[in-house]
Order: sequence, then C-alpha cells, then structure tokens
Amino acid sequence: MPSFVIAEKCDGCKGGDKTACMYICPNDLMVLDPNAMKAYNQEPNQCWECFSCVKICPTQAIEVRGYSDFVPLGSSVMPMLGTEDVMWTCKFRNGLIKRFKFPIRTTPEGAANAYPDLKGKDLDSEVLSTEEADGYTLKTPQTV
Amino acid sequence: MALPNKVLGELKAVKDPEVEEREVDILIVGGGMAATGSAFEAKKWMSEGQTVLMVDKAALERSGAVAQGLSAINTYIGENAIEDYVRMVRNDLMGIVREDLIYDLGNHIDDSVHLFEEWGLPMWKKTEDGKNMDGKKGLKMGTLKSGATPVRTGKWQIMINGESYKRIVAEAAKLAIGDENVLERCFIVEILLDANKENQIAGAVGFSVRENKVYIIKCKTMMVACGGAVNIYQPRSVGEGMGRAWYPIWNAGSTYTMCMKVGAELSMMENRFTPARFKDGYGPVGAWFLLFKAKALNGLGEAFAFSDAAKAELERYAPYGTAAVTPTCLRNHLMLVEMKAGRGPIIMDTVTALATLAEKLDKKELKHLESEAWEDFLDMTCGQANLWCAQNCEPEKKNSEVMPTEPYLLGSHSGCCGLWVSGPDLDWVPDSYKIKAANGKVYNRMTTVDGLFTAGDGVGCSGHKFSSGSHAEGRIAMKSMVRYARDNADFTPALSLSKEEIVDLVYKPVRTYLDSCEYTTDVDINPNYLKPEGMAFRLMKATHEYGAGTATFYQTSTKNLEIVMDLLQVMREDCEKLAAGDLHELMRCWEIFHRIWTVEAHLRHIQFRKETRYPGFYYQSDYPGQDDENWFCFTNSKYDLKAEKWEMMKRDYIKIIPD
Repeated sequence: MPSFVIAEKCDGCKGGDKTACMYICPNDLMVLDPNAMKAYNQEPNQCWECFSCVKICPTQAIEVRGYSDFVPLGSSVMPMLGTEDVMWTCKFRNGLIKRFKFPIRTTPEGAANAYPDLKGKDLDSEVLSTEEADGYTLKTPQTV
Repeated sequence: MALPNKVLGELKAVKDPEVEEREVDILIVGGGMAATGSAFEAKKWMSEGQTVLMVDKAALERSGAVAQGLSAINTYIGENAIEDYVRMVRNDLMGIVREDLIYDLGNHIDDSVHLFEEWGLPMWKKTEDGKNMDGKKGLKMGTLKSGATPVRTGKWQIMINGESYKRIVAEAAKLAIGDENVLERCFIVEILLDANKENQIAGAVGFSVRENKVYIIKCKTMMVACGGAVNIYQPRSVGEGMGRAWYPIWNAGSTYTMCMKVGAELSMMENRFTPARFKDGYGPVGAWFLLFKAKALNGLGEAFAFSDAAKAELERYAPYGTAAVTPTCLRNHLMLVEMKAGRGPIIMDTVTALATLAEKLDKKELKHLESEAWEDFLDMTCGQANLWCAQNCEPEKKNSEVMPTEPYLLGSHSGCCGLWVSGPDLDWVPDSYKIKAANGKVYNRMTTVDGLFTAGDGVGCSGHKFSSGSHAEGRIAMKSMVRYARDNADFTPALSLSKEEIVDLVYKPVRTYLDSCEYTTDVDINPNYLKPEGMAFRLMKATHEYGAGTATFYQTSTKNLEIVMDLLQVMREDCEKLAAGDLHELMRCWEIFHRIWTVEAHLRHIQFRKETRYPGFYYQSDYPGQDDENWFCFTNSKYDLKAEKWEMMKRDYIKIIPD
C-alpha cells in the first residue's frame, strides 16, 4: 500500500533543513524533487505502509493508496496524530466510515525519564542500572 | 545527530566520497528495540572519558520492527515464574533452546516494560471487577510496577496503546546517550577485526545515505543489532504488494552477515518463521485467537485444529505437539495439511467469535470490542485495516482468509536463528554456554569474536523476546560491553585495511556504475553490471523454488539444496558487478549482498540438519520427522573468510529447567 503525495498540498517543507517525510521514512523511500519542490515515494514496492510519513507530514499532503496487486480501489485509512491521541478515519469502499481514537502517550513529548543522573555502582554484577537502584535481586532457577 | 536532508539531485553517488574517521570505546550498530535498550543503559555504567556512538541506517524515531507501533507487548513475566517462561519458549521451539539466555532475559524483561510505562507508553489495566481500561483511562489504576493488573490476552502478553511505542523508546534512548552520540542515516556494511590482536573486533565501515561520505569507525567493543532478514524469499505478493512484508522490509540480514564474515559462530540458522496471518495484509491474528476466541476453519467449514485427525497428527510430534499450547510451527503444519489435501482456504471465523461475545456484552462494551479489533491493526499493520476497508469487510459480518507467509529469519519473535553468544557468568549456567574472551573472562551476550556483542534478533537459540525482551537484552549486552571496554582499556584498535582500501570496498558499486553507465542508453540495462533490484529478484526466485519457499509448500530436499547452493555461488560472483547510481541504490546493493550471505547460512544449516525439526516452517523431504537420537543438539556454523570455507558443527543441548 504505497504512500503518495498530493501535489497541491506538498510544499516541500518550504525548502527547510528537514523534509519531514524524507527524514522519517525507515526505508529511505521519500525524496524531494528539487525542481518541483514536492516529495514523492521513489520505490513504491518497498513501502511497508508504516504510515510514518503520513503521520509526520505537516501539511497532511501524504496519504496511502492500497497496493494495486490486491487492494481494491476506493478505501482510505487516515491518521491524525496529536500529542496524546491518534484519530483514525477508516473509509470503506462502500462509503461506510468508522472513526477511532486511541491514546498514544501519557507523558508530554520530550519528557521521557532517561535517568540522566543515575550511575550504576557494581559493573561486575548482572543487574541493570534501574534494577540496582531498586534493590532488585536476581532470581536463580530451580534447575534439573 | 540528524543530518539535514538533501534533495534528490544531490543524492547522486560520486566516485570519490568524503571520508570521516572516528574512534570510540563503544559502538552500537542498529537502532531498533535492542539498540535503543543498549543506548539507554550505556552511560549508566560508563566512566568519565569513555565514549559511545550509536549508528542507525534510518531515523531512530521510527526505525526497526516497531516503527509503526505495536498493539501488545508479547512478553511480560509479571505474576508468572521465569521457569514457566523458559518452558513455554522451549516447547514452542521444539525443545532445543538456550535455557540460560531465556531465563536470564526473564530476570530483566519486566524492568524494561516498567520503564516504557514510566516514559509514557499507555498500558491497559484490569479493574477490580474485571473490566478492561485502555492506557489512558487505566492511568488511575496506577502503574504495573506499583502492582496494577495488566490486561493479558495470553499468559505472557499484555495489551498496550502502542502507536508511538518506538518514538517513546527512541526518545529515552536519545536523551540517555546524548543526541550528539547518535549518527542517523548511516548504513554500516562491514565490520572489521583488529590488525594485531587475533579474533578481536576493531571497527565498522559504512556510508551515509544522505551525502557522499564513507564512515570508518574504530572501537574497542561493538554491538551489532540490525534485526533479522526479510525479503529473502519471494513474497506472496510480487507487485506493489511485495512491500507488505510481515516483518520490517528493511531488515536485510545485516546482523548475521556482518558478524558471520568476521568469523562469529552462528547457531540454529535453519530455524525460520512463516507466520500465519490475515491473507495479503499480514495483519496479526493473535488477538483474534486469544482475545476474541475465534476459530480457524478449513474450506469445508470445519474447525480442523480440534479434529481427531489433527490430534493424531500432533501426537507424531510429542511431547511438543501434545503440550497444552501447540507450538507455532505445528499450528502452521496443521493448516498446511488441510491446504495440501485440497481442503483450503483457511478462514478465520470472526463472525461467530464476535456474535458469541455479543451475547455477553452490552452495546457500549461491544462498541469498545470493535474498536479493540481495529486498533489491533491500526497500531501495527495499518495496511490490513485499509484492506478490510477496501474489501468492505466488517469482521462481525464477513470472515477473512488466513495464510502462512513467505519465510523470515529472526531470533526475537517465534524463531531462534542467530549468533551463538555467551550466557551470564553465573553459577547455574553450564560452562559450555560461557564464552571466554582472550583475558579469560566471560561477558554476557558476547559472540565468539572478542568484543563483538549482539541482542534481539541477533541472539540465536532463544526466541519469544519480542519488543520488551529485545530492549532488555540490549541493556544486558551493554552492561557487559562497558565491562569489556573497562577490562580492555589499554587496547587500541587498528584496522588492517587502509582508508583507500575501505573506500574501494564500500563504494565499489558506485565505481562499477560510473565506469560503464554511458555504454548503453538505459542505465538500468547494461551488460557490464547489474542493478540491485535484479539481484534481489534472482535471490528470491532461487529460494522460492529450491529453498523451501511457498512455491513448494516449504519443502526442500538434498538435491534442491545442492542446486540452490550453486545458484548462490554464482550470485556472489555476480555481486562483484553490482552497480549503484545513487546513494539509495548503494544501500540496496549492500542490502542484497547481506541477504545473499544470510540465506546461504540458512540453507547450509538446513542441509546439515538431517531431520525436519520444525514441520510447518520447513520440510527436508529426504529426512521427514524428528531424529532426536542424532539431532537433539544445536547446529552451529563458522565461516572462515580467508579459506572461504564453512565449518558446520553440533553443540550439546543442556537441560537446565526441569519439565
């Protein structure tokens, strides 16, 4: 199900440092045509349909069209990624529309506690840093 | 550090790239769950003055197998005994697993899961009266770490709202290691041994897919965690749909190939995974079987897995087949028995399952249930949701077909191929499971090459880690790596290849292209070189036809294996003529090169193991059935790069956990 870019909506991320879709695509598929200043998917048959480009596009210019070899035309699945939730609009070929909202994150973006000040004490033990801080003791198996 | 993107016109490859040389104590190659786990742990143990670098082929925020999210964490020990976790993995993988690695992982998985929740990953909770709360509403129930009850779909799985799973984990990894110590869009293609110290890792070489630049990175110790191998067999869809691989399509076997080529021992490479999934969209079926209690029917409408014939078939594979939970490969096997007998297709009876549930639920609960079914797809396989929309498929009204996929190689899901690594240096771990480095010390998760570590899909003989286990394993490995760097502080890595030789190696496909591209009017068709896409199709055709692909219902034989070995030999010769006109294509050249070597390892192991250990995943037709007398052991291989020879060997299985 390859991603496609709606020409009218894509502004090439205004020629900025980062073209969002090109930055995020895990398979290096999204590229910017420098003359048109529009992005496109350079290798549609290697698209995993992960929707990373769709979710990140600041102008909602990217959508996905089902793989032509087995997906009938006429449906669409579109996410709207917020800071706490994602809203999905699923449109059926027959026009039926289903909407779903799911939480994606319970903390503000950038607030993940990476324990920057935590320093492990015993490098020669087998407990991990946060386990050591919690006083965790390793379990030993009941062996044969 | 994210590199600015360059526009297409600037991505053309040039003959002489810039070279950047770096040296760090600790190098992490990869960016998925295992690598982000290791990045989180690194600085907690490193001492002042030690350096670390993480190199990812893509952008950390959405790289690896969890890029599009997950709807569940498949391993959370919680209230269970770790011994039972080992028993489950052992039975699912037909008896032959490294119980030390699995138990060890069981000790640490929950700590990673607790971190995920603290970082902001929404976890479902069970209320006191048994209701399911999603990750947001469940917040008021407290955290799993503080004793809240997760929503389990099986004994080991817990439900999450995991659309942003990877983004959250990547954020913590970047914050922990420092943005300046992350190099994105750099594809490491070869790792190198030290010029002076035997069997010691010393560096990695690769290139940027954003600018014409070759990287040469020296290190004292290295983790290679680049996932498993995808697109090695012809997929069931061969048009645009070939992108819809079940596992991440960008996993090119780089972990196995790069480690194998420096002489690291591989183990159980014959093992593979051919998951049964919703046909074409490859959406997950786990929630349908476990949460919604749906049954799979054959073409005659029979729930074949519960028939007397199925029971008799499973008894042939006792004790695994007769265990309470049927191993994944045997569930596939039962499906294949039906398909081969002409009783296909296999249909997931979603209609009956949802109707049965509807009898017990009120309208609101039913609506919530429908939402759960869709979230299962939207969180991790968006394309399956679209396929249902396109087919006008509402699961309460229309059933869907299930089909086993093309083969994948991996060590973290329901498969166990990978590197042979050391277990922890603990009293209960058998000596033969401990790998001693040159200094006589044992380092957990180190391969048979000194200083070279792996985790996640890279570690063989211990499947069912999934996302949480891969993260925890990355952390385990990193602690050992810091220890290794400390113990070898006086080691200065030296490469035997010169800077020029390295550039020649990495940019060879670019030079091949530039030397001949003007000879023909179409740059893709030229007698002097081959573009990577052609080679990718050649590999997939060969494995499909001879290497137990879907073409033959996963069957191969001695003669077929001989033929495919010859084909692989010629492919490797032709790889000398791979050509890349731009940086994206250069990436594809190296990926296909990695895939070819990984496939060779896979098929050599199948050739060596003269039995059919995993019916349903593959069949060696000359040796049907299991031969415990001769083959209840690990099969390992070691490639000698200088002599260009494979050495195949058996290693003893040791039972640690009683039945």
